[in-house]
Formats: sequence, structure tokens, C-alpha cells
Amino acid sequence: MLDILKSPIVTFQEFILLAGRATANIVRRPFYGSDVILQMDTIGVGSLPITILIGFFSGAVMALQMSRALSQYGATGQVGQITAITLVRELGPVLTALLVAGRNASGIASELGSMKVTEQIDAMRALGTDPIKKLVTPRLIATCFTLPLLTIVADFIGIIGGYLVAVPLLALTTTSQYWNNAWRSLEYNDITQGLFKPLVFAYIIALVGCLYGIRTTGGTQGVGRATTQAVVVASVWIFVCTFLITRIFVNI
Amino acid sequence: MPTHATERPCILRLQNISLAFGEGAKVLDNVSLEMRAGETKIILGAAGAGKSVMLKVALGLLKPTEGRIFLFGHDVTDYTENQWYEVRSHIGVLFQEGGLFDSLTIEENVAYPLVNRSSKKPEEVHPQVEEALRFVELGHTLEKFPSELSGGMRRRVGIARAGISDPALLLYDSPTAGLDPITANNIMSLIIQERETRNATSAIVTHRFQDGHIMANFRYNPDSKRLERIPDDSPLRQSTRFVVMRDGQIVFEGSEAELDASTDPYIAKFSMQRSAH
Repeated sequence: MLDILKSPIVTFQEFILLAGRATANIVRRPFYGSDVILQMDTIGVGSLPITILIGFFSGAVMALQMSRALSQYGATGQVGQITAITLVRELGPVLTALLVAGRNASGIASELGSMKVTEQIDAMRALGTDPIKKLVTPRLIATCFTLPLLTIVADFIGIIGGYLVAVPLLALTTTSQYWNNAWRSLEYNDITQGLFKPLVFAYIIALVGCLYGIRTTGGTQGVGRATTQAVVVASVWIFVCTFLITRIFVNI
Repeated sequence: MPTHATERPCILRLQNISLAFGEGAKVLDNVSLEMRAGETKIILGAAGAGKSVMLKVALGLLKPTEGRIFLFGHDVTDYTENQWYEVRSHIGVLFQEGGLFDSLTIEENVAYPLVNRSSKKPEEVHPQVEEALRFVELGHTLEKFPSELSGGMRRRVGIARAGISDPALLLYDSPTAGLDPITANNIMSLIIQERETRNATSAIVTHRFQDGHIMANFRYNPDSKRLERIPDDSPLRQSTRFVVMRDGQIVFEGSEAELDASTDPYIAKFSMQRSAH
């Protein structure tokens, strides 16, 4: 029984240690600014088109689903409010994070994994560079910076998607009522949790990707395994954490 | 007059090193090894005998479960990673596949130790990098990426990178593995040149007995730019020592003549004389 628990607990411990060291390195010299910029480009700019796409459709489908439910109560005017709240609180952060996890946690894990199996990480240490500082910290900073921004884009595009379904397509409400409703329904509590979540998810995505990459053993096969595990573990933790964070914010 | 090896300062000393991963079998089992200045060690052994692991322990990349490591006269066993960086700056390493960074050009790869340690600008070290690459006959590849080079070329870039910071100790991990015999001999010739021009202490991990034979019997003649046989009475002959490893233990240490004379069938496998028959 204890043996089954041992491996996940050891992994969790490694995750915490890596998180601590990567975070501490943010303020320690030397800084690898160009690496941070490069990662922001891959993670942030690279994920932008697909973020816009899923943001748009999640907002649109939300409005579509709500059209029937709301018409039962004769409250179709509230569609802006419902779309805005669900997107900002939950769908925007979680869907964007899952997308970035699939795209970048795997990318990070396979890149670092390949470096591990070809001894590039050993070479880095032998040549006097801390791989955590050079590889993990720039990815962490880049993800923490870009994921909230991507979430904001997804939220906004989603509300536009909802608008296109609610007003031009189904004529559930008027343009001004939709936007007024959407705007007024959002409170600071919603915005805070909507921006706090991507920050936590960014930590999960970057560090899970890096951890599984750095731990890779067993050649190219190991790289494949590390990549798959990184995506699965990151996605699961995104769901667990969104539950925990929502639980806290619901009470505030 | 030949100097006795024992009078020279000790560069690397491994003392009763053992290493085990988890609760598995020991990868290194009570290994002791001493390398003095100017000495060349040929570390032979079958795959999985613990040769590469021993090099990684000597570099501080793996922590031994037991035993002490001494480098340049200091006990470095309990050094933190930051302290190790300073120690490692005096050691040049060639990894099995070259260990080059895929994302950097050849020039950036070779300049890496200099730029990283001395915080010099890449332009400042450019002449040095160019010279190092000319030494391995790859002066024309500066702008290329490692993926554009062949296995042998990558190994040569690795040699250039290992030697660029003028290290006191050079470690080569299987420099000829997976190469054809001609390329392998070229690589060995470069390693001999590197040994002679820098007068560095070197350790070469290999499974090819020919590599050891070349290291022990040949030297580089800078005038004719060719390898030539070392005369039998030269002190240089004494400085090349052979180590044979098996299942994480050192089972033999001595000169080539002693290796050839060994009656143990495993050790004899690595003898040039026996294998010729």
C-alpha cells in the first residue's frame, strides 16, 4: 500500500522543490532575458490564434445553450450576464489553460526530455550553467506572464461570440442590453478569480512540463512517455485547482 | 630523467566510491581511482560496467552514495551545486554524442564556456572560437547548427568546446562510439594533439581497445603534423595507464604491457595483442 503512494508523493515533493527553486531564481543573477522573450513568443504568441478560436466558440455555445434555458423563465435578456460570468470565472481560464497545457506542457516536456537524453542538460551543468535557471525559470516567467493575457483575450472574444449568437442570430436581446448586462454583472470577485486562476495554472503547466522533461529517462521512448504524462498530469491538476480556488472565492 | 608519477600533484582522486540508484544494484561498487598531473587514463569495460557513471561522479553530476571525491587537492564531495560550477570550470568534458546544444550555432556552442563563465561578449571570444574550430578542422561551420553536422563532426565540435577554456583535466566519454574506424582514428588523433598541446591530464572512457593502444603508443609531432610512435624508453609511455571495469568495479589497473599479460579472460578482451589473434 505504501509503495503505491511513494511514487506520487516523491513526484509531488520534486514538484514543490522545483517550484521553490525556479521561483527563487526569478530574482537571482544571471538573468536570461532573451530566453524569456523567446518562450513568451512560443507560448503566448504561438497560442493566440487557437485561444481566439476556442474563446469565440465557447462563448457562442454558452449563449446558444442558455437561450433555451432562459426562455423557459422568460429571462432571455440575462444572456449577456450569464455568458460573461461563466466565461470570466470558469470557462475562459480553464479552457485556455487546458489548451496551453496540451500545446506547451507537452512541448516543454519533449524539448527538455530530448535535451536530457542527449546529455545536453548534463553538458549545461558541466559548463557551469544551472539548468533550472536557464531552462525552467524562463519558461515559468513566460507562462505566468502570457497565460493571464491569453485568458483575457479568450474571455473577451467569448463574450463577442455570445453576442453574435444572442443578438444577430437568435435576437434574444438587444445589443445595448447584452453589453450592459455583461459589463455590469462582473464584480471584482469575478475578475480576481478569473485572473488568479491562470496564474496558478501557469505554474502547473510550466513546472509539470519542466519536471517531467528533466526527469526523462530511457531514450526517445522516455521522451514520448514524459510528454504524455506531462499533459495528463497538468490537465488533471488544472481541474483540481480550479475546484479548490472556486471553493475559496465562493465564500468571499 | 623520467619523473615518477607519484611525485606529481594529484588532480583527481576517487576514494571508495559507491553509487546505487534507489534500492537497485550498485552501479559503482567501492571504486578508487587516482589521476596525477600529465597522466592519461584509458577506462575500458563492457557496456553498463559503470564507466560513464564514474566520469559523471567525478564531475559532480551524480552524487555518490558512499566515498569521497578529491579534485585539484580539495575534498569536493559535499560541495553545493554552486561550488561545483567553480570546480567544473577547470574540467573539459566531451559527452557521448557530443552534448552540443541543439538551439545554438556551432560558434555559440564552442563559445559557451567562455561567454558563460567570464561574462565576455561573444564578439570578444570570436578569434579564440575560430581557432579552436580550425584545430578540429571545422573552421567553416561557425554558422551551422549541430543537426546539420555528421556524428563525427559533432564529436569534433565537442572536443573544441571541451578544450576551449584551457582546462587542467579533460574527460572524454566514449569519443569514438558509433563511428567508423577512420573517423574514430581521426578523433583519437585530435585527442592526442589536445593532450600534447595543453599538457592536460586526460581520462578516456571507451570500449574500443584500439583507442587505448593509440593513446599509449603514439604522440603528435607538430613539425610533420602527424602521429608518430613513442620511443620505448620515453617517459610518456609511463604516463598512460589502463583501467578495466566490470559490473561497477575496477578489476584491473596498469600499463599496456601488464594488460597484455593478464590471464583473466574478461580483461584480456581489451588487450590489443590478444584481440589481434
